[in-house]
Amino acid sequence: MTMDKTGVLIEIRDVRKSLKGHQVLKGVNLNVYKAEILAIIGVSGGGKSVLLKHIIRLMKPDFGTITIDGKDITVLADRQLNPIREKFGMLFQSGALFDSINVYDNVAFPLRERKKMTEEQVRKKVLAVLDDVGLSGMERKYPSEMSGGMKKRVALARAIVADPEIVFFDEPTTGLDPVRKNAIHSLIKQNHRKYGYTGLIISHEIPDIFDVADRVAMLHEGRIVFEGTPEAIMSSDIPEVKAFIHCCPAAGAK
Amino acid sequence: MAEIMINVIKRFFGFIGAPVVALLRDLGMMGMFLANTVYHTVSPPFKPRLIVKQTWFVGYLSLTVILLTGAFAGMVLALQIFYTLRKFGAESMLGPAIALSLIRELGPVFAALMVTGRAGSAITAEIGIMSISEQLDALHVMALNPVRYVIVPNFVAALISFPLLTAIFDVVGIYGGYLVGVKLLGVSSGVYFGEMRNFVLMEDIRIGFYKAVAFAVIVSWICCYKGYTVGKRSGFGAQAVSKATTEAVVTSSVSILLADYIIGSFFV
Repeated sequence: MTMDKTGVLIEIRDVRKSLKGHQVLKGVNLNVYKAEILAIIGVSGGGKSVLLKHIIRLMKPDFGTITIDGKDITVLADRQLNPIREKFGMLFQSGALFDSINVYDNVAFPLRERKKMTEEQVRKKVLAVLDDVGLSGMERKYPSEMSGGMKKRVALARAIVADPEIVFFDEPTTGLDPVRKNAIHSLIKQNHRKYGYTGLIISHEIPDIFDVADRVAMLHEGRIVFEGTPEAIMSSDIPEVKAFIHCCPAAGAK
Repeated sequence: MAEIMINVIKRFFGFIGAPVVALLRDLGMMGMFLANTVYHTVSPPFKPRLIVKQTWFVGYLSLTVILLTGAFAGMVLALQIFYTLRKFGAESMLGPAIALSLIRELGPVFAALMVTGRAGSAITAEIGIMSISEQLDALHVMALNPVRYVIVPNFVAALISFPLLTAIFDVVGIYGGYLVGVKLLGVSSGVYFGEMRNFVLMEDIRIGFYKAVAFAVIVSWICCYKGYTVGKRSGFGAQAVSKATTEAVVTSSVSILLADYIIGSFFV
């Protein structure tokens, strides 16, 4: 990447999107800085996943621009987009593991297809990453044979295996028990420290996510209503933010 | 009164127009999908391993059903045609009649219909599930084109398998006819095959081959497209997959017979 360490890596400007007559994004403005972990929080159905799909260009906005590393990806052709996407790693909400191949091949997939590596190098790397996420010895299992938490960890391994510069996490812990949730969170933190990527996490896990993220943005009814540090959001006076963060004291304890 | 009439007319055209526009849009998208598939089929990087795997699935695993249906198709043909030919005292023509029917029409059509039911439906369901479980999106995000990884192998596998399966169907059918015609109904073996050699031309075999290739394109195109677009048009989740699978099989089957007629009418 050409940016300096504090530079803006992803710049979202006035992005609007309507789906089936309902305006989901009503002008989103957001910066993601290089090497930070930014968490996007907000109520379910508030457009967080839709926003993420715009950043990875699975959707195109009706209006506005999304600039990654200086290039407006909303107007790029697929061929020009691919060099940018090659820097991505993505953990899908559902895992999106290839269910006809085993865990090892799933994690090896981005390496085999995108990097010029020998099978021996691939093996070393895959086993190392699987060890990182605590799944050593599970290589021959198929995704359908695994629990939800294990699938998420495989998906995490696949997302980071090709040394991406930007990693997107779409609700990495939703539906997991507290132990697994903490495990995933600390994995993300450790990995981030180890590999130094820029991370974008969509999450409902309040307040746990504040330990992981460097900055937090709250998406509410199609707009970013707050952007700042975890400390700042805890003491924010914005009514929507207050309602969301303090509405359910049990949320953090569950 | 006039206003009501205008409203009725408006509604009438809306009623007819909406499905027509939807159909045209769908056809346009299907056309682009095929063009995209062909482009990725002929441009590198190629994925030979995936192609071999799909050829095994579409072709080899269809052998049993092709052998069974081929044998019975030939046997039934022998019974029916023998019954008709006997009325004219032309039993000696049993061989060519069976061979021509199989090679020109029934072989390609039956083989295509059987593979559609066995492999086409499975392809639609598999790609459809990959679509709704975001596996295709995952490929996109990895900067890999799902068409190259998921669609092209099926397309090439069909192009390889259909002509071969058709040839096997024809041969098995001819021997099924032999079994009934010669062994059961008493036509002489020499006449059965001898007359076949006199009447079946290379042209006939070529027509059967053209049809097999055309059906391969039609079936893989429709089945892949229906799977690929699950959830993008109507319905969600498991129901969308089941709907797409049904549509794929029905549309493919109708298209096979339609194309059979069109191609056949060029070579009367």
